[in-house]
Amino acid sequence: MLHNDKKTKKIAYSAMMVALALIFSYVEILIPFSFGVPGIKLGLANIVVLIGLFFLKPSEVFGILVTRIILVAFMFGNMSSLIYSLAGGILSFLMMLLLKQLKGFSTIGISMAGGVSHNIGQLVVAAIVVESLNVFYYMPILLIAGLFTGMLIGIVGQRVSCYLKKQ
Amino acid sequence: MFKKKDIILIAVVLAIAGVMAFFMKIGQGNAGEQVRIIVDGTEYGTYLIMIDNEINIDTELGHNKVVIRNKEVYMQQADCPDKYCVEHKAITSTNETIVCLPHKLVVEVLSNNRAEEIDSVTQ
Repeated sequence: MLHNDKKTKKIAYSAMMVALALIFSYVEILIPFSFGVPGIKLGLANIVVLIGLFFLKPSEVFGILVTRIILVAFMFGNMSSLIYSLAGGILSFLMMLLLKQLKGFSTIGISMAGGVSHNIGQLVVAAIVVESLNVFYYMPILLIAGLFTGMLIGIVGQRVSCYLKKQ
Repeated sequence: MFKKKDIILIAVVLAIAGVMAFFMKIGQGNAGEQVRIIVDGTEYGTYLIMIDNEINIDTELGHNKVVIRNKEVYMQQADCPDKYCVEHKAITSTNETIVCLPHKLVVEVLSNNRAEEIDSVTQ
């Protein structure tokens, strides 16, 4: 009986995190963040991943991440963007998890690494899809954008984490 | 707020970005002579940049219209969802490309001297 309670609680909690991430994604779509370069996003939904890494088990965070990516692709158009989102999201998750285990990086640093690896993941998949290395022309700008958006997300993530820890 | 390892990470990423940008700038620059269109990894056609042209590409993925005019190449029309390819500035120099990702289409400028190009990965 107790075990079922715990499991139900975990499922409900995870679903809530997915819903939160979905809202972040939706809000982001509403705000036109256009730089003419494909692939530059704020990545607001990654706040959930970042904070999740500090409060939940990695497997739970991963589940929330993949569920969110698939739902966003279904709900907000664009199924063709699914592989790019998955590649970027999963690589970003693994990199952030790694940096967290390595210790010595701040929340902001972890988030920046996440932002950079997200863009790298997407670009690599793009290169495979169009079967051309020419897409790496966008790499420098995407690397820098990844650092910058990662920093913004990291600052928010750090503040929220601090607050949550005090609860 | 920032720790030492963060700074190292930032520096490394910026350095890589800088080096890549540098080498790409060097590898570019010469006025192109040919325009090659690749769809889903296979060559669709090669054209001369000197000759004005309008190329319609219709695949099961969608429609693209590439225009070559005044020694420039640009995407005039596409029915892809993001239209990044249409927004892209016109290209003229070797190794410059316009990509339509949803349609797996690449438009690249080449020179007659193939040694100047970055190799493409084809299967």
